[in-house]
Amino acid sequence: MQFFPFAVMAWILAVGLYGIVTSRHLVHQIVCLIVVQSSTYVLLLGVGYRRGAAAPYFYDIPVHTPAVDPVVQALALTDVVVEAAVTALLLAFAIQAQKRFGTLDPQELVQFKG
Amino acid sequence: MTPAARRWVFLAGAAGFAAFLLWGLTGLPGFGGYPGPYGDIINRVAVAQTNATGVVSAINFEYRGFDTVGEEFILFTAAIGVATVLRHLRGERERAARDGAMDRDAPPVSEAVRLVSLVLVGPVFLVGWYLASHAQTSPSGGFQGGVVLATGFVLIYLAGEFLVFKRISPVDITDAVGAVGAGGFAAVGVTALAMGLPYLFNFLPLGSAPGAVSSSGTIALISFFVGIEVAAAFVLIVSELLEQTLLVRQERP
Amino acid sequence: MDPLLALATVLPLLMAASISALNIVLRGQRRVLDAAAIVTGAAVAAILAVITVRTTGGDEVYWFAGFRPSHGIAIGIDFAVGPLSAGLACLAAVLVAAAMIFSWRYFERVATYYHVLMLTFLAGMVGFCLTGDIFDLFVWFELMGVSAYALTAYRPEERGSLQGALNFAITNSVGAYLSLAGIGIIYGRTGALNMAQIGRHIARSGPDRLVVVAFVLIITGFLIKGAIVPFHFWLADAHAVAPTPVCVLLSGVMVELGLYGIARVYWSMFGYSLGHRAVITGTFLTLGLLTAVVGALFCFRERHLKRLLAFSTISHAGMFLSGIALLTPLGLAGPAISVAGHALVKAALFLCVGIVLHRLGSVNETWLHGRGRRLRVTGVVFTLAALGLADLPPFATFRGKGLIEATGSSHGMALISAVFIVCSVLVGAAVLRVAGGVFYGLGDPPSEDPQMAAEASEETSETDEAKQRTPLTMIVPAAVLALGGLAAGLLPGLGSAVQAAAMRFQDQAAYNATVLSGAHVAHPSAVFPPEPTGITATDLATGLGSVAVALLLAFLALYWQRLPLLRRGFEPGTGLVQPIRRFQSGVVNDYVTWIVIGVACVGGALAFTIR
Repeated sequence: MQFFPFAVMAWILAVGLYGIVTSRHLVHQIVCLIVVQSSTYVLLLGVGYRRGAAAPYFYDIPVHTPAVDPVVQALALTDVVVEAAVTALLLAFAIQAQKRFGTLDPQELVQFKG
Repeated sequence: MTPAARRWVFLAGAAGFAAFLLWGLTGLPGFGGYPGPYGDIINRVAVAQTNATGVVSAINFEYRGFDTVGEEFILFTAAIGVATVLRHLRGERERAARDGAMDRDAPPVSEAVRLVSLVLVGPVFLVGWYLASHAQTSPSGGFQGGVVLATGFVLIYLAGEFLVFKRISPVDITDAVGAVGAGGFAAVGVTALAMGLPYLFNFLPLGSAPGAVSSSGTIALISFFVGIEVAAAFVLIVSELLEQTLLVRQERP
Repeated sequence: MDPLLALATVLPLLMAASISALNIVLRGQRRVLDAAAIVTGAAVAAILAVITVRTTGGDEVYWFAGFRPSHGIAIGIDFAVGPLSAGLACLAAVLVAAAMIFSWRYFERVATYYHVLMLTFLAGMVGFCLTGDIFDLFVWFELMGVSAYALTAYRPEERGSLQGALNFAITNSVGAYLSLAGIGIIYGRTGALNMAQIGRHIARSGPDRLVVVAFVLIITGFLIKGAIVPFHFWLADAHAVAPTPVCVLLSGVMVELGLYGIARVYWSMFGYSLGHRAVITGTFLTLGLLTAVVGALFCFRERHLKRLLAFSTISHAGMFLSGIALLTPLGLAGPAISVAGHALVKAALFLCVGIVLHRLGSVNETWLHGRGRRLRVTGVVFTLAALGLADLPPFATFRGKGLIEATGSSHGMALISAVFIVCSVLVGAAVLRVAGGVFYGLGDPPSEDPQMAAEASEETSETDEAKQRTPLTMIVPAAVLALGGLAAGLLPGLGSAVQAAAMRFQDQAAYNATVLSGAHVAHPSAVFPPEPTGITATDLATGLGSVAVALLLAFLALYWQRLPLLRRGFEPGTGLVQPIRRFQSGVVNDYVTWIVIGVACVGGALAFTIR
């Protein structure tokens, strides 16, 4: 149990990368990129957890109650926003690909190689 | 590489990569055993220093506020990027928009969806506003509130009123509102600079009671700007994507 | 604490937000927008120049929101700035200003988006250089990235534009997320995000598995950004399609920022802890030399002007990494000087290509043969910059390369000099061949490689208006930049000043003390001692000799069809690079596969040797 969340993180990362590498559809690739980033959420939040501690919001509980790490939660929040931004931009690319060239297959979009 | 070869090459590489990663992860303290000290120190001092009981928001908007400026501008830049990539290109013209009965890719809206969406618009805006204004008290904040506010706009589209949605969120205005939000956040920091304080120093009065809506100084103000910016950015992105799908057609040669 | 440090990043952000907020009013006011962007770029460059000079006496630290560290624990974010950091950021600002001046007559129809994106790009680059917090580094890295992806896709009408932007975005995002995983891991061990604090924490214990893995993961994102083999495939695709002013920034400074990130992370955090210097040097030197060779070979083969320059950037990136890998102060000073020279010269080359595209409508070297004759001034500037890229003395590129070779030789690795000479000859020959063929009509057109011809001829002109004369706003920045590359190399005492800055950059203990306790360290001490930086007669002879060989090779490349003996070497479809050309497949799936393999190899190399 002590290592399990980190193993899950590695698995999600691997699965996401596998998806990107074997994909023939741009939207699928973009979603696999989201999966890759989700592994970092698991890692960050897993690193900051403290067994038996409360959430770091001291509105109802006294200030010195043991709480989990709030810093990784803030980092994860930043992470989520970054991911949303990058995904939106990539999806805009995908829309252009479909509109202009009628295809969402990355292999058919190749113009430059070698 | 052929797809089959690529798969095998990747699996070989991934095996090595996974082994390497897992080997390193075993060096971490076990799950549930966070050693500190960063989080512990902030938990101890945040409420006293900032009068905010929502410590995560205090970190986002004060202790690590500079990170949040950068992140906000990432979202702003992405929204601008989406508008750039999808801008009105040569050779396209907008199909004359007809409300309610758009045939391509959009089935006519059912009355049930329409009713529920319209009814929910008001409460969703209220919840979004509540979240954006209570960053310093509870698990909420500018980002969460902004996203919920954007959802309110999207509900209007779901109710089948795409033209209304477009009319109340034209690209230029939304762009400007997002810029005001992002710029406002950066400007709050600059105001501190102008007062001879470090950038993003909390210079507003901290209020009397921790966790009250009017407490925590610049945290509440920054959260407000962030809420505006996030709402505008998401409305811009969604509206651009919808416009491309529903209205824009390639001009036939 | 001086507010100038904060202003360097905040000024472009505020200007970007202001432009966007007023976009309804400013939409038609091209001149106002251009002026605002140029002034912002110039102002940021001036601020950073002042900071660079000021920090030669000691690093400056700026704590945001006033949260200073206590008892060696930092709870806020800081900017920790030395002359190398500020100098690189200043270079970025100078290039942005030059690109914006070039854009004055460029895109004729553009909304406010272009200017906003360029300004956020600048802010991201400056923040990346100046920050002393590892997560803040990630945030600015992503801002830089998102702006760059959007700018690369600025003309999405072409298929290649989307290919370039998508490959760029997906590979660099994967890199960023891997770096973030590394940050999470090192945070799990140290509970800190401040680079100095992390460095101090892990220096106490020796290297262990977690430190090695965190190091490799964090480095991966920067290796991808820095276009090191096998993470380099995206660069050529992105360059081929990005608008010229954007190419100037991508090649001139963004790739170099990736290498700066590696140096920064190593010497601020992991240096003491990892130890095993021979292993580190061996691994990264191998990568660097491999990259230099691959880039040079591909460069010589290209007929698409922008891709040619992109591959030459890859080759130079390999050379810079080789210098950094040596871990000596001179090994860091050499790339620093070379980066400056390369940025100026490469920017000038790209701007000239932009002028060619504007006037003649093509970037296909074969088609353009002889047609550039009426672009006389552009031809002169291009040739001058090409000589700079070929490392002609006294350009700064020559100075920097010489310093890297000197430190390599004094540490017993004469191989480095040999490889550098070969690469510099190949790259120089390629650009000189372009100069001779396009601008002076020498020799015969390079034979048509059908596939390359198809690629290059699909490139449509980036501007719309009539093209009878080259506007001053296009040629003057190019000329100034090329001359700047020359002048930078002539600065007296450059080598020793930069080496002193490099020594302070490499002194981890001094850095930690300055950041966490505000101590002022007068005499930084690095692991390796400083070395002499003067130019010897041998250096000059080698430099002139390699340029002569490059000229000869360019001459042969132009006239080979008249000498049947040489056909085998120059015929398209033959030569050293042919078997590996298919790796540059254009499909992002392949690129990500190579990233995974690359990480596994680098990780394996370090894992088995550093325990």
